[in-house]
Amino acid sequence: MTSQLQATDLSSVKPSKPWKPSKRDRIEILLTLFASVLISLLIVGIKGWKSGGGVGHVYFSGLTQMKGKLAYLAVFFITYLILDFTVSTIRRGTAAGKDAIFRALVTIATTIALFPIISILISAWMRGHKGLHLSLFSKDMHSSAFTDPITHGGLIHAILGTGVLVILSVLISVPLGVLTALYLTEIQGRFTRPIKFLVQAMSGVPSIVAGLFILAAIVYPLSKSFNGFEGSLALAILMIPTVARTSEEVLKLIPGDLREAGVALGGTQWRTVAMVVVPATRSGLITAIILGVARIAGETAPVVLLTGGADTINTNPFHGTIGSLPFYIWNGFLAGTPESVTRAWAAILVLLVLVLVLFSLARYLGSRKVGGK
Amino acid sequence: MLQDSGVSSVQFAPIDLDKVEKRVLTTTPRLSDRIFRGVVTSGGLSSLIILGLIFVFLLYEGYSTLHSQGLHFLTGQNWQAVVDDQNRFDAVHSHFGLSAMLIGTLVISVIAIIFGVPISVLTAIFLVFYAPNAIRKSMVTIIDLMAAFPSILFGLWGLFILDPSGEYWAKLIHKYLHWIPFFNMPKDSLYFQKSPFIAGLVLAIMIIPIVTSISREILSQTPLDRVQAAYALGATRWAMIKNVAMPYARSGIVGSAMLGLGRAMGETVAVFTVLNIVYQINWHVLLSAGGNVASMIILKFGEASPQEVKALMAAGLVLFLVTLLVNALADAIVSRTGKSGR
Repeated sequence: MTSQLQATDLSSVKPSKPWKPSKRDRIEILLTLFASVLISLLIVGIKGWKSGGGVGHVYFSGLTQMKGKLAYLAVFFITYLILDFTVSTIRRGTAAGKDAIFRALVTIATTIALFPIISILISAWMRGHKGLHLSLFSKDMHSSAFTDPITHGGLIHAILGTGVLVILSVLISVPLGVLTALYLTEIQGRFTRPIKFLVQAMSGVPSIVAGLFILAAIVYPLSKSFNGFEGSLALAILMIPTVARTSEEVLKLIPGDLREAGVALGGTQWRTVAMVVVPATRSGLITAIILGVARIAGETAPVVLLTGGADTINTNPFHGTIGSLPFYIWNGFLAGTPESVTRAWAAILVLLVLVLVLFSLARYLGSRKVGGK
Repeated sequence: MLQDSGVSSVQFAPIDLDKVEKRVLTTTPRLSDRIFRGVVTSGGLSSLIILGLIFVFLLYEGYSTLHSQGLHFLTGQNWQAVVDDQNRFDAVHSHFGLSAMLIGTLVISVIAIIFGVPISVLTAIFLVFYAPNAIRKSMVTIIDLMAAFPSILFGLWGLFILDPSGEYWAKLIHKYLHWIPFFNMPKDSLYFQKSPFIAGLVLAIMIIPIVTSISREILSQTPLDRVQAAYALGATRWAMIKNVAMPYARSGIVGSAMLGLGRAMGETVAVFTVLNIVYQINWHVLLSAGGNVASMIILKFGEASPQEVKALMAAGLVLFLVTLLVNALADAIVSRTGKSGR
């Protein structure tokens, strides 16, 4: 018996996509969502919000005593969990029900994780932008106090000071961090495993311990005064692990072919690394440095312990106290009056913008192909 | 050109094979390579040297306190630097005991772990197994960005934005769960603001980025063949995660939680900003009193006498060793990833 195969016109057959939600599935999802919103409104009540944030006219007081935006969210999530579970169980059995519950859980967890980030960004802007004005970037604080009205004084000494501290820490930490990464990827001697562990351990060193260490090792026995260099040393300790680990990741991405080609052309290991491997990772290494800078730019504890916090512009890290953005924020917070706290928020906004710019720069450089020019 | 080439007239001298120097084939590195390797190795050892120096100097400065207080430094509950009438340090009546702050450190970091780790791990699962590509990429960027936020920003946010609503939640918890000893309050003290509970929440938010990114990395290394095998056997996504991904990534996730614990223990400025630091042992997490070692150091440092600074150095040494231990454990656990599971 031979079966006759009918020739089908393949171009007319539409590929089926069984994994895509069908129309019915979509309606179901929408209905579940809509029902959850409705139930949470029923339970918590419907109110109009005044523009100032207070509770305005109450349209419907709700079935329970619960109130507030948080109650809406909580009730909505719980109702959605239950509804989703019920619908899936009825239509596709218990396994699908469990799957639906877990899917809803991870979505909720992700929303909760995003919530504080958004809240932090919004509140930094809402509270900080009131303190922003142009003379912030041209005046220092030598003739004004933190409790003065916002328009007095400025941040320029703190911005320059942070710049000095950061540059100095980069100069100290980048060679050490990159050498560590090179050891881990190029040499791979017998210390590879312990050094990996130590770098990991070093990234967990609390910032205050780094500050105390510099106090014990340099300030008390040697200099007996505060200056920017000491602050940079402490910051460098915090920066080395970030630089080392990021550069290690980048160096690992360089294909072994490049190294072998370098050696096969008669290069020594030194020349291969210096002329082939490191140039190929240039943008990656810059990313490592930028991420390290973003890590330390806002570090407060060591700066408070070590730099002394000047009110005037001081760009000499080896002599005299030096101001910085974290120190300015710290002082503004400690002074405790509305004006000083607004100053602190304004300085935080400046710091945050700095970190954001650095971070996007790192992302941009990091997203380019490794090895490209 | 041609006239002086004299090609035809060249006489080949017989070669005495015994006198020719043989080209040496060797794997010994050249001088430049030896220098290079030396420099890189010594640079690589910098982390060892720095950690060693931290230990040595903190021990050197803190030794007198550790010696005079003995084990009392870890178990005592008082922190008093007494001076006599000539303003000299009175070593006999001064007590430096760290237990209140050690317990405070433990309390708020455990709260941070309880809230932070489940959220982070579920977020990591969402990012690896559920999120569409575009959402995953932007979420990863946002969460990495959060890791770069300055800690004082978390502190101020916690104090001015989280604390007022946190007080409301704390009152709710107290109202309904006061029969649990931790959520009870001492009589007549109903100050819910600036409590270890709030500080723990802030720390929970601060450890979300690190725990999420490490768990995500480890979950995404789940062998694809096992994942596909599970799906081919008809597993739902939840069944696959429960039976394939979680067993594979379990130790890595535990390790990332430990790393988060290490971060939470060493946090200084955020805790100082949010918490009402009171030097007493306080198990009531909703009460407005608490502290941790790091924030205590920065609080006392400003007006400390030289002897008290030595005691603070010793406290820093304890903090250093504790975080080092936690990180070592975490590292050991993370590196075991993949050896468990089916």
